[in-house]
Amino acid sequence: MKKKGHPFWEDLKKNRTKWLMILPAAVVVILMCYIPMAGIVLAFKEFNYHDGIFGSPWAGFKNFEYFFQSGKAWTTTRNTILYNAAFLCVNTLLQITCAILLSELAGKYFKRITQSVMFLPYFISWVVVGAFIYNMFNYEFGAVNSFLRSIGQEPLDVYSNKAAWPVILIVVSAFKNVGYGTVMYLASIVNIDGEMFEAADLDGATMWQKIRYITLPCIRPTVVILFLMAIGTIMKGDFQMFWQVTGNNPMVLEVTDVIDTYVTRSLLNLQEFGMTSAAGLYQSALSFVLVLIANYAVKKVEPDYALF
Amino acid sequence: MAKRKSRGGKPVGRDRILFNILSYIILTVLSAACLLPFLLVLSGSVSEQYAIQLHGYRLIPETFSFDAYKMLFRIPEELLQAYGVTIFVTLAGTLLGLWLTSMAAYVLASRDFRYRYQVSFFFYFTSIFGGGLVPWYIFNTKYLRFHNSIIALILPILINVTYLLILKSYMMGIPEALYESAKLDGAGDMRIYWNIALPLSKAGLATVGLFIALNYWNDWYNAMLFLDEGRRDMYPLQYFLNNILTKAQAMNAAAARSGIPASDVPSEPMKLAMTVVATGPIILLYPFLQKYFVKGVTIGAVKG
Repeated sequence: MKKKGHPFWEDLKKNRTKWLMILPAAVVVILMCYIPMAGIVLAFKEFNYHDGIFGSPWAGFKNFEYFFQSGKAWTTTRNTILYNAAFLCVNTLLQITCAILLSELAGKYFKRITQSVMFLPYFISWVVVGAFIYNMFNYEFGAVNSFLRSIGQEPLDVYSNKAAWPVILIVVSAFKNVGYGTVMYLASIVNIDGEMFEAADLDGATMWQKIRYITLPCIRPTVVILFLMAIGTIMKGDFQMFWQVTGNNPMVLEVTDVIDTYVTRSLLNLQEFGMTSAAGLYQSALSFVLVLIANYAVKKVEPDYALF
Repeated sequence: MAKRKSRGGKPVGRDRILFNILSYIILTVLSAACLLPFLLVLSGSVSEQYAIQLHGYRLIPETFSFDAYKMLFRIPEELLQAYGVTIFVTLAGTLLGLWLTSMAAYVLASRDFRYRYQVSFFFYFTSIFGGGLVPWYIFNTKYLRFHNSIIALILPILINVTYLLILKSYMMGIPEALYESAKLDGAGDMRIYWNIALPLSKAGLATVGLFIALNYWNDWYNAMLFLDEGRRDMYPLQYFLNNILTKAQAMNAAAARSGIPASDVPSEPMKLAMTVVATGPIILLYPFLQKYFVKGVTIGAVKG
């Protein structure tokens, strides 16, 4: 190496230990993220396992044509966006409500217990949530149907009922995520300067006024940032949730299939590599653009919180 | 916590009473809704097969019976094996992940590291853009030969960029002067990392370590992608449970391998008993570990 090389090589020499310390983590990321990124050429190839990613012949845009003409592009994109938008709105609303209620209540034990109980579902695997769904909605033995039968109602067959799934999925998403977000918003409410509330008390403000004019405006930046960031990820379905909760039931796929479940199912069952990677690239590219837009929006609202 | 409880002996307003009543009702209902599925599974697991076939699952079982659990312990090999795989993967993955993550976080947090912004972005970029599932899957199976390998259960979730950034911001909170004086005493980076950065970020390490451990404990996805049906001995706990729940014959086949006829297997309560056994450790540890998770969420919320 030259005496005064590029500053990068100089630094590599000077901070040898630091670079070595970062190397293992970087290697994992290169193996698991960066090298597979090069595999997006697969979307433009007619893949066969023998020739590998780079040896397979080119296919132009055929994989994309196939994906868009299958009609799956539209249904899965629509489902992904609509579900994520619904989850985002319902969960955010519930999280903020719970955080405000918890912050205002005085009962220490009641607060601690309800917060713990609501946070609990965050820690269990989606497989276990799948077991919950089976336990409740199974046609023959499910708890919902035993309840309906016991009060003399017709049992419900959710596995062939398209209208039921948006409701079930929204409730399950809330079940799993409300506790987490509540803890997060509660932290930002606790950080509000207590003197504001004392001053409001002296002025005789009512509960509602304090929430409306102190709590909500103070947590607004957090809400706005998290909301915008979430919009950046609206093209990524919560794969594990959709896979385990709907169980890939073919009867209702039209209303439950998101891009991730579609890609995974086609990959595992049909070994359909070209079209699925085209679908994957379509999703990645759209997500990336959305993240850039979301970041731009955050920069406009709260420059300090922009990601880059 | 901000002190807002002192209301200086003022009379409690009507709005406050109404608010409290509403709060108690809403929070109680939501908590009950969160608890209900757990109770249903627990009650189903101690029900009798015939009662379930007759009346379905109920919140309060008609008759109590521990047959399902007894049967689980008559055919424990596969369950224990799955437990073993999960415990090994969780321990190995958490220790290795925590070690690599904290080393990288230490470097990214040191202010005299010239390229820390660029390297941070190098890690961060992977969380906003990816090649998608298919190239990743092919690379892992065809080129890295992860098929039916235990590494496939560890490597894919070893490094999580969010946790790296959480630890980094934690370590940025350590006073610079401590590093400086150590450096003056002739300590190298490895020594400063081990003797100063790590001991001073114990709480952050505990939080991130628990999140990594939770991800390993709950993982079934990588097993689904990379393990063949023939390698049931490598199934981690969650995927083992997934198999029992989704494949009707799986339970009977497991019993048959132990010489128990299918007709003797209380398959319905057993599915739920299996669920209880797979979730048990998390529920039991939860009260003790919750505060660390709350801390993690809070750091994440502040730092994004």
